[in-house]
Amino acid sequence: MGRKLIFGFFAIVLAMSFVFISGQAMAAEKKKEGPTQFFGILIYRTGPFAAGGSGVGSGWEDFMELRNMQGGVNGIKYSWEECETAYNTARGVECYERLKDKMVLVHPLSTGITYALIPRGTKEHKVVISSGYGRADASDGSVFPWVFTTPTNYWSQNSAKIKFIGKQMGGMDKLKGLKIANLYIDIPYGQETKPMLDALGKKFGFTVRHFPVPWPGIDQKAQWLDIVRRYKADWVINRNWGVSCTVPLKEAARLRFPANRILGGWWCGSEEDVLPAGPAAKGYYTANWHGVGRNFPLIQEIVDKVYGKMKGHISFTRVGSVYWNRGVYTALINEEAMRTAHKKFGVKVLTGDEMRWGMEHLNITKERIKELGLEGFMGPVKTSCENHEGGKTVLFQQWDGKKWVKVDEIAPMTDFVWKRIKASAAKYAKEKGITPRDCSKVD
Amino acid sequence: MFYRECGVLKETYRQDMAIFPIPLDRWGLGVMLVLAFLVIPFTASDYWLSSIMLPFYCFSLAALGLNFLTGYAGQVSIGHAAFMAVGAYSSLILYGRYGVPLPLSILGGGIFASAAGTIFGIPSLRIKGFYLAVSTLAAQFIIEWVLTHWQWVSGGVFGTVDAPDMYIFGWLIDTPVKKYYLVLCVLILLTVFGKNLVRGQLGRNWTAIRDMDVAAEIIGVSLFRNKLIAFAVSSFYAGVAGSLITFTYYLAANIEEFNLFLSFHLLGMIIIGGMGTVLGSFFGAGFMTLLPIFINQTLLTIMERVPSDIRANSEAIVFGGLIVFFLIVEPYGMARLWQTIKEKMRLWPFPY
Repeated sequence: MGRKLIFGFFAIVLAMSFVFISGQAMAAEKKKEGPTQFFGILIYRTGPFAAGGSGVGSGWEDFMELRNMQGGVNGIKYSWEECETAYNTARGVECYERLKDKMVLVHPLSTGITYALIPRGTKEHKVVISSGYGRADASDGSVFPWVFTTPTNYWSQNSAKIKFIGKQMGGMDKLKGLKIANLYIDIPYGQETKPMLDALGKKFGFTVRHFPVPWPGIDQKAQWLDIVRRYKADWVINRNWGVSCTVPLKEAARLRFPANRILGGWWCGSEEDVLPAGPAAKGYYTANWHGVGRNFPLIQEIVDKVYGKMKGHISFTRVGSVYWNRGVYTALINEEAMRTAHKKFGVKVLTGDEMRWGMEHLNITKERIKELGLEGFMGPVKTSCENHEGGKTVLFQQWDGKKWVKVDEIAPMTDFVWKRIKASAAKYAKEKGITPRDCSKVD
Repeated sequence: MFYRECGVLKETYRQDMAIFPIPLDRWGLGVMLVLAFLVIPFTASDYWLSSIMLPFYCFSLAALGLNFLTGYAGQVSIGHAAFMAVGAYSSLILYGRYGVPLPLSILGGGIFASAAGTIFGIPSLRIKGFYLAVSTLAAQFIIEWVLTHWQWVSGGVFGTVDAPDMYIFGWLIDTPVKKYYLVLCVLILLTVFGKNLVRGQLGRNWTAIRDMDVAAEIIGVSLFRNKLIAFAVSSFYAGVAGSLITFTYYLAANIEEFNLFLSFHLLGMIIIGGMGTVLGSFFGAGFMTLLPIFINQTLLTIMERVPSDIRANSEAIVFGGLIVFFLIVEPYGMARLWQTIKEKMRLWPFPY
């Protein structure tokens, strides 16, 4: 019996490899349809953070599907391939290596994978975009020519958060004497903003205390007792990820801490994060960098054309959700970079260098946003050789019990943040032996 | 018929003690080495070398280390990923900040990991089984915490140390082929060393402790020494594996790579591959690292029209199913399967 099973298994493996090889041959033949701009999508539809990965990846694919129906970008159609990383760095690198010959631009969609891809992308001339994650100092384009944090990074976000808190309290002078608790998940991602908040605290005269939550952050009772009873915080910054984003809302409700005094980061601000908390989440604020919902002409178009023809890549209920819209934003940045590069290099399938040029010369103005059918969805973005961040504002949204409502749009403290980005990037350059580019000499 | 001991006459003690007494085995090994050294680097694409073979070799090495501790000496460890992290960080710091030559840095990574492993191995003198497992779990958390919070190690707020370019005596190791050779050489060196270790007195001591520690102590095996050596050797291997995978594959030491999941993964490798066998570590590492990629690519072609979320999840389902299947069919691991095949081959074609 055992032996038969084993032989059966080997037979299956053998059959599978035949299918695999012939399938690859077939796939090779299919590629002869005409020039397309290829994107490799590092996605995670499985694992603990599947809500984020599947949403962003699908939004991006749906957008490309729409453009392909409309005839492509200046006639160049998109093609893409998904690769499942399960938020695991080793798998993510494997995906990159598998697809790198075809693609010119990659969104790692995970901090760990970003770290692994920065040296690879720099060496192999692939644009690495870590929009709103990864290392904040990669916004300095003179040290990280191939890395973009468009539209914004964690440090800018936190400076905007402090401004937002000041505005909510009725003026920046009211920040003096305020007690802010920084509740963060105790992994490098969570710690990244600690020095930033300390510096801001010194500048504006409020106190910050840091409350680490051990990974994976399911249990935060002790931290919350500390925050509410002993520290008596006025505001709590919720810097968690995945399932640990929801826990604070429930804990706060249990201790009668008002939800509208909790301010989450943008990876803690999706429907998937607040719905499990039920009514406890009502009033909770988070940062974001794009609009939510389906009330934008472009997104309506995706709904009508892509989902109308049953060509969507995710269940229809999630269309218009935070992560799905983030995918649309991602796709849009790529496309604007393509259009910019087309203007300079002509309409063709772009190489890594040309794509990078396009990313570095992005200029998405208010008029352009309106033209795209995304008025109110996003702020203007303008990048340069030096500034790989590009975004001008951080949006703030509030959960009203049913949906996210945009409440404010705040510009980060650019000078304050950029001084630190420059210093940190210079330190990195020194350690790695990189000579920063002289941006005044680059066109 | 060809694979047999009959007619192989052992004339010296040396021949009697050989790792592979049967000529066909030696030939087989020779072919494998030729394959690994000459065929694969020149035929495989960069993708295969850099993203399939490199992690496979590195994880094989880590699994081999864990196998000494858990498979041979019988001490369960679920903190092995942390020892890999110690190796990764310390070798990067030695090489990047202090300019220690690369081979010495990798060795140094192993030594630091070995020191950490020995310290966390001390409780094993008093506790065993599940209780020891919990104390090694503590090692995992403590080391993770220290590496994230010790600013000097991570060099700033990002908690990451980037791998500089690798030079061995002024020779730049940058292409996948060169990296492949580096990892392969270290792997073979340490495998030969490890195989001889477990064949010798030390390995026998370990086995004795694993099978019954009281009896082992009565016949004069020092538990204190042997258990700690097991921890030291095992975490040395983990440290070297951690530093190699960081230098060649991750290119940046980030503590999130070496989390608890990886510890369980390593344990899974040796259970599926075969506890207490050297070969099993390779089988297990192959199973756990290559099979998901293989399933993923296969599903990609046969399930092209299936929605991608179902496809992504079916990878996990197939992989999990295969683990269960293997554990039911051969609870002693894939190495035992190979053993069974060899025994059958000795009698073939006239089994009685």
